Amino acid sequence: MIDDTVNDGAPRNETADDDLPTMSEDRAHATFLQQLPLLVALVLLWMMLWGSVSVLTILTGIVVALLVTRAFYLPPVELSRRFNPFWAIAFLTRFFGELFVASFQVAALAFAPKGRSRSAIVRVQLRTRADIIMTLTSITISLVPGSLVIEVDRRHAVLYVHVLGASSADDVEEARHHTLSIERLIIAAIGSKAEWELVR
Amino acid sequence: MFDLEPWDTILDISSAVLLVVGAALSLAAAVGLIRFPDALARLHAATKPQILGLILIVIALALSVRSWAALLLLLPVIVFQMLTSPISAHMVGRSGYRTGAYDPDGLVADELAPDIEEASRSSVVSSDDDEA
Amino acid sequence: MVEILYGIAAALLAATAIISMYRVIVGPTILDRVIASDVLLTTLILVVATEMVINAHTRTIPLMVILAATAIFGTVAVARFVTKTEGSPWRKDVP
Repeated sequence: MIDDTVNDGAPRNETADDDLPTMSEDRAHATFLQQLPLLVALVLLWMMLWGSVSVLTILTGIVVALLVTRAFYLPPVELSRRFNPFWAIAFLTRFFGELFVASFQVAALAFAPKGRSRSAIVRVQLRTRADIIMTLTSITISLVPGSLVIEVDRRHAVLYVHVLGASSADDVEEARHHTLSIERLIIAAIGSKAEWELVR
Repeated sequence: MFDLEPWDTILDISSAVLLVVGAALSLAAAVGLIRFPDALARLHAATKPQILGLILIVIALALSVRSWAALLLLLPVIVFQMLTSPISAHMVGRSGYRTGAYDPDGLVADELAPDIEEASRSSVVSSDDDEA
Repeated sequence: MVEILYGIAAALLAATAIISMYRVIVGPTILDRVIASDVLLTTLILVVATEMVINAHTRTIPLMVILAATAIFGTVAVARFVTKTEGSPWRKDVP
């Protein structure tokens, strides 16, 4: 487990007006480190789009990635700087497994002879407040067939999940439990130490 | 061809089988589109089996062409679809719920309606409140 | 053997396209049409890939990439601007 929680939760001070080069340098360094995963992903995507791995595509990829991140500025994704490869693999395995099984379940539901399928809208209170984990949980829930996030309350970290094929109160509870267990796996993989303590 | 003849046949056949399974999942999406009762349910049918169908057919293509450059180009297809389809599904689902494009009798539970009601009530009091 | 499988896959994809066209035409709401046209677009990506497998070439992979990357825009644009003027078959109070 790689734990590095140096800057975790530190309030962002307004030090930009100070003439202290070390402070602003440190800050620029921190934001660059935070942007690094995005830049690497963009360069990889660029190489894939060109279909080749060469010095030329890597260099032009870096240039384009820098230009894109400058031109279309997004608020930096606040990563927790903790990454557990074991849980990440566990998450990916479970994700693709569920994608596979549930795709065929929804396909079977489409051909099912019964009258009409019932569904439910379930309110799920997440335990994290981190944007990245909320986003990944929503994407995972939406990609796995049979469930779909139709509304998000970001401030209170609440997801509203539409579940296909739910027919009883038990199914509703199960859907809630399922969403929370996916959140738990994602926190175990990339969540901060405090969040991990909360869900383990 | 060298001694790879049997391998080529195996790869070709598995590629063709993957094609059929992917196309069948795609057809299931279309059947769901016809048979499910409301827009929200159709959304499930539409976006999801097609993702796996796309993955299977892209694997079939990779097995059939057997080149690394093609594989590099094919990965973004899956990445784009996996990143964008939850977003479009969420957008459609959200406005589908808001415009009432669903059958309320088909819902076992609706835990969103009371929260929207509460949020719209409290936003009358404090105008700077976000829409829930 | 392989040719038969190719034929089955092509027939399934054609059926998908026809059925989703039907949903695009009958609606009833604009969201149904958007969902169906999304299925149609994904089917188009699948057809392009299947054609490459059948004819053993890779020339139209960039077409797949572009379709996959831009498929979202139409759907999101429509979903974003569906207003409450759109009638609901179930709720009379919405419009």
